[in-house]
Amino acid sequence: MIRWTAGLKAGLAGLAAVALVGLAAPYLFGEAAQQLSGAAREGVSAGHWLGTDALGRDVLARTLVATRLTLLMTAAATAIAGVLGILIGTTVWVAGPRVRETGLRLIDVMVSYPAVILALVVAAILGAGPVAAVLAIGVAWSPAFARLTASLAASVAGRDFVATARLLGVPPYRVLTRHLLPNIAEPLLVLLSVAFAGTLTALSGLSFLGLGVQPPAYDWGALLDTGLEAIYTNPAEAVGPAVAITLTGVLAGFVGDGLAAGSDPRAGRGRDGWSPSAPVPGRRAPDGALLVVDGLSVELPGGVRLVDGVSFHVMPGEIVGVVGESGSGKSLTAMAVARLLPDGVRATAAGLRLGDLDLTGRAEPARLATEIGVVYQDPSASFNPALRMGGQLTEVLRRHRGVGRAEARERAVKALEAVRILQPETVVRRHPHELSGGMRQRAMIASAVLPGPRLLIADEPTTALDVTVQAEVLELLKEINTAEGTAMMFISHDIGVVGTLCDRVLVMYAGRIVEELPVADLRVGRAAHPYTRALLAATPRLDEDEERGPLTTVPGRPPAPSARPGGCAFAPRCPVALPICATDPPAPVPTGEGRSAACHAVGVPS
Amino acid sequence: MRLAAENLTVVFGHGSRAHVALDDVSVGVAEGTTLGLVGESGSGKSTLAKALVGLVRPRTGRILLDGADVSALRGARLAAVRRRVQMISQDPYSSLNPRMTVGQAIAEAIDPRRADHRRHADAVTGWLETVALDGDAAARYPHEFSGGQRQRIAIARALAAEPEVVVADEITSALDCSVQAEVLNLLAGLRERLRLTMVFISHDLAVVRHVSDEVAVMNRGRIVEYGPCRRVYRSPAHPYTRRLLGSVPAFPLQESR
Ligand SMILES: Nc1ncnc2c1ncn2[C@@H]1O[C@H](COP(=O)(O)OP(=O)(O)O)[C@@H](O)[C@H]1O
Ligand code: SF4
Ligand SMILES: [Mg+2]
Repeated sequence: MIRWTAGLKAGLAGLAAVALVGLAAPYLFGEAAQQLSGAAREGVSAGHWLGTDALGRDVLARTLVATRLTLLMTAAATAIAGVLGILIGTTVWVAGPRVRETGLRLIDVMVSYPAVILALVVAAILGAGPVAAVLAIGVAWSPAFARLTASLAASVAGRDFVATARLLGVPPYRVLTRHLLPNIAEPLLVLLSVAFAGTLTALSGLSFLGLGVQPPAYDWGALLDTGLEAIYTNPAEAVGPAVAITLTGVLAGFVGDGLAAGSDPRAGRGRDGWSPSAPVPGRRAPDGALLVVDGLSVELPGGVRLVDGVSFHVMPGEIVGVVGESGSGKSLTAMAVARLLPDGVRATAAGLRLGDLDLTGRAEPARLATEIGVVYQDPSASFNPALRMGGQLTEVLRRHRGVGRAEARERAVKALEAVRILQPETVVRRHPHELSGGMRQRAMIASAVLPGPRLLIADEPTTALDVTVQAEVLELLKEINTAEGTAMMFISHDIGVVGTLCDRVLVMYAGRIVEELPVADLRVGRAAHPYTRALLAATPRLDEDEERGPLTTVPGRPPAPSARPGGCAFAPRCPVALPICATDPPAPVPTGEGRSAACHAVGVPS
Repeated sequence: MRLAAENLTVVFGHGSRAHVALDDVSVGVAEGTTLGLVGESGSGKSTLAKALVGLVRPRTGRILLDGADVSALRGARLAAVRRRVQMISQDPYSSLNPRMTVGQAIAEAIDPRRADHRRHADAVTGWLETVALDGDAAARYPHEFSGGQRQRIAIARALAAEPEVVVADEITSALDCSVQAEVLNLLAGLRERLRLTMVFISHDLAVVRHVSDEVAVMNRGRIVEYGPCRRVYRSPAHPYTRRLLGSVPAFPLQESR
C-alpha cells in the first residue's frame, strides 16, 4: 500500500526523464558525441554548452549519450545485488537454526565492510572492464539485501497467518508468493532505490579509477576522469558528468525516501484532513481539564459518520477508559486526538485541545510527537521490522527534543529498564521480531513515555497479551500514572480491565458516547444506559450458576455506520425502547456527579 | 479419544540455552467434547496448542488423531492430516495476511491450491454470516476491520476448512464481552451441529468454565491438575489451581443480572 508522496512522485518522474534521455540520446546526439571538431579543450560556448574534450568532442553530447551505458550498468549491478541478496537471505532463513545463525553473522560482517573495497577486491580478481565492475558492485551490495531479506522473512514468517496457511495445506510456493513476498516487498523496494544510488556512485568510481568502462566506450565515471584532467582549462568538462551522477543519485534517494515514508505507520502525523464545526451547545468541560474534545466527528469522504459528535474531557493525571463493542469508533476517536487518522477519513470538531495546544489546526509535529504518547493495539506493527530497537525508541527524542545520540541511547536503556525489560543494553541492538509480544508491548510503552508526554493514549494495549503479562502491563501503566502524573486515555473492550485501571469510563456505541460513569459504578453494575447494562450482563462470571445455559447476548448487531437508524442507534436492539427512540436521537443528560447518559428511558420510571 | 498427546516433551533451543517448554504432557479430548486449558503466561499453553496441530515438533512423545500417530508424518500425508485439525490463534492482527482480502483468505481455507474467491463466493458469504459479519466484508482488507471483527474473520476461516478438531488459542481475549458471548454461544452451537471437538485455551477462567467439559491446568510446562470442569472449579486439588482461581479480579455484577 504505497502512499504517493510528493517526493516519491518527483523522484519517479525525474528518473523516468533520465531513462528517456538514456533511450533517446544515442540516436539524437550519437554523431555529435563522436564528431571531432578540431577545437580541443575549448571552453563553454554557444556551439558547445559544456565545451569540448581533448579530442574536440562535444562534452554535453557525450554526457547525454553516456546516460544509456551508465543506467544499464547501474541497473544490472542493482539487479544482481537484489537477486543474489534475496536468494542468499531466503536460503539462510530457510536453512536450519544453526546455519541461520552462522549465516547471519557472516552477512553482518560483510555488510559492515564498505561495498567499494569489496568491489575493488573482486575487480582485482576479475580484471578491469565493465562486466567485472558490474559483477563486483553487484556482489558487493548483495549482503545488504541478504540481511534485510533474512530479517524481514523471519519477522513475517513468525506471524500467525503464515502458520495458518501451512495448517490449511497451502502449498509452499503459494505461501512464498502470496503470504511472504507481498509483505516484505516495501522495505526491499526502499533498499533497491538506495542500492541504485549506491551502485551508481560505486560504478562511476571504478570507471573513474580506470577499473570500469574501458575506452573507446565511456560512462559518466569515465567522462569524469577525463574531465578532471582538464579541470584548469575547461572546468565545465567535469561538471557535466558530475551533475548527472549527483542528480540521478538524488532522484533515486527521493524515491527511496518517498517509499519509506509511505510505509512508516507514524509518518504523516498531523497532516490528516481537519475542519472546524459548530460548537455543541450546553456542553462545557470543567476548568483545568487537560484534554477537551468538543463535538468530534470522523467521516468517510461520502459523508458517512464513523464517529458522530463525541464530546469528553480528561483531567490532568486522570485515567479515562473507553469501552464499547468493536467498530464502535473507540480507535478512531483516539487516533483523531493523536492526529494519526488513517488516510481516507476526515475529522471535524468544534474544539479539540490539549492544554494550550490546539489540535484542530496545523498542529506542530514536534509538539504532537512529544506531548501525546501512543501505545498501539498491535505490537507487531508498531515497529519497523528492518530497523533495530534502539534507533526507533530514541527517534522522537533525537528528532524533536534535540537530544544527542549517546544520551538518547542511555535514556532508552533506562526506559526499557523501567518497564522491566531484562538486559536492556542488548535489547536496543535487537530487531523487533526478536522480542516476544509482551516485551514488544512494554518496549512500545517505553518509547511512548520516553519524551515525557502529557497524555498517553493506549489503544487496547493488552488485547494481544495473555493474562499475567496483561496484569503486568496494567500495573506498569498505573505506576507511570502515579509517578509521572501522566493522564491517560485507555481503550479496551474488556470491562474487567477498564475496571481495574481507570478512574472514569466512557461507553461508546455506534460512533457516539452513550454513557459516562465513574468506574466504581461500573464495578458494581450501577449503569443507567440499557446498552451498558447489556454489556455487563454478557460478561461470563466465575461464580456462574452450575446450570450452564447460553450467555445473555444482545440480540442483533450494531448498525453499520452507513445504515444507522435516525433515532437512537441502539433502538433496534434495546429491550426498553420507547416510540420516540426510533425518531429522535437522545442527547446526553447528566445523571449525577460525573455521570451522564444518552437515553430517552433514563429517568423515566419503568 | 479424538485427539491426544502422549508423554509430550518440547524443548526449544539446544545446549546450555535449552528451554523445556512442555514436560511429559499427556492429555486427550474425546469426540464432541471440549477440553479447556488454563494457566499463566509462559506455562506452555500455546506450545501445547502448536504441538497438537503440528506446528511445533515434539522432542519425545506422540500426537494421536483417532488413535493414529500423526507426529511422524511428513509431506503430502501431513498436509492431508493437518486440515483435519485447525487452529485459531490469539492475535487477530497477525492471523490475517494484510495483502489478501477477507474473501481471498476464506477461499484459501476452502481450497488452498487454487483459492478462487469468485468460485467460492457463496460459501465465503455463508461462513461470514456464520460469524455475524455481512457478506460484503469479503471484498475488504483486514486493516478495514477492528480487532473483534478480525477475530471473527479468523474463526470463519478456520471453520471453512471444515475441521474435525479446532484448537482455539485465547480467541476471545480480543473480543468485546457481548461479542465474546456471541462467539461462545456460536461455538457451542457449532459444536453440537458439526460434532466439533475443541481444545479451548484461555486465561479467562470464567470463559473456560463456560465452554469446557474437562479442564487441564498448566504450570511451567506441566499439567498440574486435570479433570472434569465442575470438579476442578469446585474443589481444586492443586495449590497452583487454587492460586489461579484466587487471583481472578472479583467483579460482582449483581445489579445488572
Ligand atoms: N481506515 C478506515 N477506513 C474506513 N473505515 C474504517 C477505517 N477504520 C475504521 N473504520 C470503520 O469505522 C468504524 C469504527 O472503527 P474503530 O474506531 O476501529 O472501532 P473500535 O476501535 O471501537 O473497534 C468501524 O465501522 C470500522 O469498520
Ligand atoms: S434511547 Fe431508547 S432505544 Fe436508545 S437506549 Fe434509550 S431506551 Fe433504548
Ligand atoms: Mg479498536
